[in-house]
Parts: sequence; structure tokens; C-alpha cells
Amino acid sequence: MALQTSMRWRYFKEGVFFGLVRLSAFLLTAALGGLLLYIFVNGLGVLSWDFLTLPPTDSMTKGGIMPAILGTLYLTTGAILVALPLGIVSAVYLTEYAKQGPLVRVIRVGVNCLAGVPSIVFGLFGLGLFVVFLQFGSCILSGALTLGILILPTIIGASEEALKAVPQTFREASLALGVSKWQTIVRIVLPNALPGILTGSILGIGRAAGETAPVMFTAAAFYTAKLPSSIFDEVMALPFHIYVLATAGTHIEATRPIQFGTILVLVGLVLGVDLIAIVIRSTMRKRKRW
Amino acid sequence: MEDNRVIKTKDVNFFYGKFRALTDISMDFEKHRVTALIGPSGCGKSTLLRLLNRMNDLIDGTHVEGEVLFEGKNIYAPDVDPVEVRRRIGMVFQKPNPFPKSIFDNITYGPKLAGLGDRIELEALVEQSLRQAVLWDEVKDILGQSAMMLSGGQQQRLCIARALAMKPDVLLMDEPTSALDPISTAKIEELIQDLKKDYTIIIVTHNMQQAARISDMTGFFYLGKLIEYSATEKIFTRPDIKQTEDYITGRFG
Repeated sequence: MALQTSMRWRYFKEGVFFGLVRLSAFLLTAALGGLLLYIFVNGLGVLSWDFLTLPPTDSMTKGGIMPAILGTLYLTTGAILVALPLGIVSAVYLTEYAKQGPLVRVIRVGVNCLAGVPSIVFGLFGLGLFVVFLQFGSCILSGALTLGILILPTIIGASEEALKAVPQTFREASLALGVSKWQTIVRIVLPNALPGILTGSILGIGRAAGETAPVMFTAAAFYTAKLPSSIFDEVMALPFHIYVLATAGTHIEATRPIQFGTILVLVGLVLGVDLIAIVIRSTMRKRKRW
Repeated sequence: MEDNRVIKTKDVNFFYGKFRALTDISMDFEKHRVTALIGPSGCGKSTLLRLLNRMNDLIDGTHVEGEVLFEGKNIYAPDVDPVEVRRRIGMVFQKPNPFPKSIFDNITYGPKLAGLGDRIELEALVEQSLRQAVLWDEVKDILGQSAMMLSGGQQQRLCIARALAMKPDVLLMDEPTSALDPISTAKIEELIQDLKKDYTIIIVTHNMQQAARISDMTGFFYLGKLIEYSATEKIFTRPDIKQTEDYITGRFG
């Protein structure tokens, strides 16, 4: 009898615990869903072909957001071009070459700290280094470099994980055939780590596309109808455009729909990029068999 | 007179950090013979095997004392390139470890990087290596398929073929059948008998019957020391040392 009671008490505790776990998972999903729904409902109205392909007009109260979309694409592409090679090479050094010891630990801690630095700090750093000191001015190059540094820790982290996930037996098999370490890394380790590296990096791209603070000091124009002709031109960017419309314009209320439309486009872009990462990951997972 | 001892170790000591895994190993390995290394887990036999083609270099914090002479030259001399050593001394591992590539590409991977580019030569090499590893008839029509599709036993024979494609002089095998079923094991044992015509084979095994069946020489290791080393027949019928006898008859280990 006593045993039964204690079992019942245990089942009760289990039920409560599972309930809490379920609740928190549900709340999380609900928060995300609610946010997306809110943006979707409010933004869908202004979404049209013209909105996506025309520049803003009438002091940004009418027209589209094409320059901002294009600017964000340029900036994130540039950031990836900067951060991907640098990040992969750093990760290869950390996991494959560096003797595991105090130095590597310090570098790792450094990378992790970099990941925790607020994005506004990156913005000011980019302003100081690229815009002012190196005299690039506020332009795509400065913005892309700043965003590149911002997502570097993400890419290094993802690459390190992906490299570590490549079975040691592959490395041994290659080395035992009289293949050099460098060739082993290029021919065996990196190709097998690439899906993981790309997935992690794409999540980084999503972050770069959505950041406001780093680009507002280094690349983003308040308004420019002309499209950039070189990497030394200023561009508009989606997150900054939203910020400007919502805070600095003279017609904040009147541009509400455009703000929501822009948010919808930005969120759509970021989610689309994340979706690509998910698809890549799942197809690669199906293919690999070790 | 030609020296028949292709590999000689001289007073080899090996350390993982402060831990001494091998103590004063002096051992000669003869050409075209199968030498088996036996002993309980942790006795240092795999460590010794991996030392013979410098695979232990990969582990941080290890160091070697003494000399390992391959054809009279110390492979741990500062001017020796471990990559070169590993081209001459191939290795097959405990678990089959084909690359996630096609069967063809698995075999041509090493030779290509060593500079062999001619397609016809590569094809000939693939056939020759697979025939040597007695796998050709099973895979000749599916060379383009992923090696991961093969069974464990086939994968291990592919790994042997892959090692043979580098045309090494010595083949090191680290418990090559421990992950395989009895039929695959029998095939590989048979294969080893064929291969010794052309190669010197050194094999680590946990399976005493296997050592008795396939090897010419057997070395018994215990706690990092070479306890007894002589002809397999002698080791298994009238060993000189009691520890060896105890291990072989299953009294410990």
C-alpha cells in the first residue's frame, strides 16, 4: 500500500514536471508565432511588386524599398566574403594545427567574448577603424568589414564544431596513406566538414542581415535613391531603414504600413536564409553515413 | 648478404606524457613474414605498431626514445619526413575506415596525391589492388558507388586494397578483424597468407587462435615490455617464459 502511494506521488511529480516542460516549449513557440503573425498581418497590405522594386519617394512616405533590399544584400554578401574564409582558416588552425594548450584556450575565450560584444560596439569600432582611420568613409566596404567581424565568432564556432565532427579515423586513414597533413585537411577534412560549416555560417548571415547598429555608423545612408556603383558608395539597409522610418522621420505615423512592410521583407529574408541552412543540413545529413 | 630484417627497433621507449607505454623494445621484423603482436589490452602492442609508421606523431604530448630502423635508416631521425615513411609502410585499422567516396576514388586517393595522374594507369592500379585484396569480383561492376554501401568485411578489404595501392613494403594491421564476423575474418586471414609473398606484415591481434593460424613470428607483450618473441609455433607450444604460457592458455589477460 505504501509502495503504491509513493508511486502515485512519483507519477504526479512526473506529470507536473512534464507539464512545465511542455508549457515552456509552447510559450516559446507562441511568442515566435505571435510575433510573426503580427508582422505578417500588418505588413502584408503594402507588399507589392512596386514596393519591392521601386525606391522610396515623397520623403520616404511612399514608394518602395528596393535600394534598402539591395543594400542589405550587398552588405551581407560582403560580410560573408570577409568572414567565411577568415573564419574557416581560423577554425582549421584551432582544431587541426594548434597544440591544445593555454594559447589556444585564450584564443577560444577571445572568440567567445567577441561573440558576446554588443553590436553597437562593433559599429563604433568599424567607424573608428574603417571609416575614419583607414578613410574608407561610410560605404559598403566599411559596413561589410564591420559585419564580417561581427559574425566571425559565429562562423569560427560553427566551423570548429563541424571540423571536430569529422571522424578522426578519416584523418588517420589519409595520413597512413602517406598523404600530408595539409592535403588531408583540404581533401578529406574540409569537404566532410563543409555542410556543417555552411549551416553555421548561413545562420551568421541571418544575423548580419538584421543588424542595425553596426551598419548605421559604417555604411547605411538615411536616404539615397541612387544605387551604389562601387564598394565605396553608401547604401540603404533594411534594418536601418526601419529604424529611420520609425524614429527619425517627420511622418512616423503615416509611414507605419511601410515600416511593417519593410520589417516583413527583412524577417522574410532572414527566415528564408535560415530555411536554406535547414534544407542544406537535412540533405547533407541524409547523405552522410558514418 | 642481404639483411632480411626490414624493420628493427632498438631500445625503444615510448611515453604518453609522463606515462611510459613501452619499455626498451628491441625487436626485428623479417621480410615477407607475418609477425603477430599479442598481449592483454593496454600492453603496448598497438602503440608499438603505430610507432612503426609514425602514426603516434599525431598524438600531442608523446615522445619516443631509441631508434626504429627501416631498411637501416632511423625513421625518427630529424631529416626523415613521416609522410615518406607512411608511403612505404602502410596501415590497416581496427575499424574499417573507407572515405565517404566511391570505391574507385578510395583506392586512387593516395596514388593521385602522390602524383599518379594517368587514367589508364589508375584504372589498372584499382583492378590490381582490388584483386590483391580479393574484392575485385564483388565490386568490379560498382566501382562508382559509395564505399559506405559495402558490408563491414568488404569495407575492410577495400581498406587493405587502398593501402596496397600505395605499393608499400610493409603492411601494419591493427586488429583488422576485430569488428568483423567470422566469415569476413576468415577471408581476411586467407588474404594475409597470400599477401606475405609480396609484403611484410605486422599484425596486432587479440585473437590468439588468429595469431597461431596466420603468423610466422609472435611477440608477447605485457605492461609495455616485450616478454617473449620467437617463432609462432614455439610460442604456442613450448614458450620459454611462464607469463607467456599463462596468457596463451587463458590463465590471465
